[in-house]
Amino acid sequence: MRNVSAFLLRRRGGRGWHWTDIFTWFWLIAGFLVMFGPAVWLVNSSFKTPAALAEFPPTILPYVTAETVVEGYDKPLPLYEVKLPDGTVQVLAEVRRIGIVAQMVDPENPGEIIKVNIQDRTPKRSVSFAFDNYVRPLVVNDFVLYLQNSVFVTVMATLITLLTNSMAAFALSKYNFRGRSAVMMLIVATLMVPLSVILVPLYSVISAMGLFNSLWGVILPTVATPTGVFMLRQYMLTIPDELIDAARMDKASEWQIYWRIILPLTAPALAVLAIFSVVWRWNDFLWPLIVLSRKELYTLQVGLNTYAGELNVQWHYILAMTVVTMIPVVLVFVFLQRFITTGIAGTGLK
Amino acid sequence: MSRITLTDVSRSFGSVKVLHDINLDIRDGELIVFVGPSGCGKSTLLRLIAGLDRPTSGKIAINGEDVTRVAAADRGLAMVFQSYALYPHMSVRQNLAFGLENARMPKPEIEQRIAEAARMLNIEPYLDRRPGQLSGGQRQRVAIGRAIVRNPTAFLLDEPLSNLDAELRISTRAELAALHERLSATMIYVTHDQIEAMTLADRIVVLRDGRIEQVGTPLDLYNKPANLFVAGFIGAPRMNFLPSDKLPGTAGSTVGIRPQHLRAADGKAKLKAKVTLVEALGYETVVHGLLDDLPLLAVLPGQKSFEAGDTIALTYDAENLHAFDEQGQRVD
Repeated sequence: MRNVSAFLLRRRGGRGWHWTDIFTWFWLIAGFLVMFGPAVWLVNSSFKTPAALAEFPPTILPYVTAETVVEGYDKPLPLYEVKLPDGTVQVLAEVRRIGIVAQMVDPENPGEIIKVNIQDRTPKRSVSFAFDNYVRPLVVNDFVLYLQNSVFVTVMATLITLLTNSMAAFALSKYNFRGRSAVMMLIVATLMVPLSVILVPLYSVISAMGLFNSLWGVILPTVATPTGVFMLRQYMLTIPDELIDAARMDKASEWQIYWRIILPLTAPALAVLAIFSVVWRWNDFLWPLIVLSRKELYTLQVGLNTYAGELNVQWHYILAMTVVTMIPVVLVFVFLQRFITTGIAGTGLK
Repeated sequence: MSRITLTDVSRSFGSVKVLHDINLDIRDGELIVFVGPSGCGKSTLLRLIAGLDRPTSGKIAINGEDVTRVAAADRGLAMVFQSYALYPHMSVRQNLAFGLENARMPKPEIEQRIAEAARMLNIEPYLDRRPGQLSGGQRQRVAIGRAIVRNPTAFLLDEPLSNLDAELRISTRAELAALHERLSATMIYVTHDQIEAMTLADRIVVLRDGRIEQVGTPLDLYNKPANLFVAGFIGAPRMNFLPSDKLPGTAGSTVGIRPQHLRAADGKAKLKAKVTLVEALGYETVVHGLLDDLPLLAVLPGQKSFEAGDTIALTYDAENLHAFDEQGQRVD
């Protein structure tokens, strides 16, 4: 433990502070705040009520103003700490506010109205989590259904991606045929074509195939990824050809060579591609939004969009469901970080 | 029965011709060694026989049947690769079973064959390990085992000993020879090491630049090399080559004599050489000398008291001379 703290706290300046020490600490702390701050804000805000979200200045933690029921008033009244003219501080309930004067009552003695300058009172607040933000979309609305759709799309798309991309990569790395590098170049070149360019023709294709308003219409156009083919091919090039020769001598068919020799040996690269594919498909928004127009088919990302109406945005639900949507991706990154870094290091892609 | 016949086999890669009209008849049960410097085409020739590569022209026949266009799997041959090419994700047992499973052999028979091969090669304790957990020698045995279980018509071995250390190489060489004796199967063995070739082979095929230089038993090649290349390649240290006018009473343009066939002259010396370096090995002495500025090597039995700068008198027997003409071909 002492070694750990010694390692973390050691400075270039020894006992003193070298300017690089100060710079490093500043850089790291600022970076931490910039990267982690929004995530903390998102999670905390997802527990705020709509009123607390609209509050200015914003707070980090979700606060609610304490309220109490006072005899003679129908609605619960908000509580304030009031500094009285004699200097004592008392908790009073606000009945109404007129200009800069608030009319307040003592909950113990509801008969008497006390007039207080609003400068002299502060709301009595406590931290409270609005779990309803989570419960309502998940229980009352269709978010569980959206979750199922998202899981289905992600799992199927990832499985098909792994299968097709590895087959393409196998052919492009282990077979010698005329035009092999041209095909490879063509595949990699498609990286330069953004989705928005092919959106309309792709829509026509999907529509003509009758896949409009079907989860397969979301899955199928995404399964052939140039990144995946490129990454797997580069990995397969490192598998010695002698293994394939040996398998041929062992009477293995081409399918067996692929399935029993190449695929198991490509496992590390497949793991990386699987992680990428899960993250990509989980976060997909534009294409599912176009293909899916029936509510029961929505994926999570499209479902989130339903809370942003033209006139009214339900921020509390959006924030809460954004947290839910993020959880799987965060878990993937936390537990499979090692594979992701090797993948990025191995291909120079992300 | 497994007789392999090559007729006018050529192989080109683009415009580069790596094998030129190879004609060879490999007899049943024979251990034949392809030897030659690297890049001579010996591994390519082996791959053609295996079926992993197709000849550009020519014909390959096994037992009289033309297999030139037959796939590797259907030729009934087994190959041991230089890198062993064991499947790293499978246990030794699975490695041995893979080929048999692909041939749809019944499970009990697979088990029995694996057990037999494992016993023969002493790899029983490692059957459930992965290749990565084995030493070089053990991997080598597994690679041979994978060939044996298939019960092939012929074994093709591509430099199987080159990844082993010197000591293990010698013992494995002896084991391979014993294995050949025991299986009495046809084996084709590729190596660049002429000592391996000499010790193992029934017959040696010497290749250079895609051409067969000479085919013969090890002693044929040693005693009657067909040309300068074979003479220089077979035998260690290398044969001395001298212009014929340096050695009185010889024919041809170049005369070769093996360092071991020179001996110190008691009486009349046929050669006088100036010593430049003496390597005393105890049981023999290797003398590097100059004969009128031409390098000359002599291996003399026992221990000698020469020093660099001395002039020594050497002699030889005329029957140990090899004469070659201007084209480098042997003249008798």
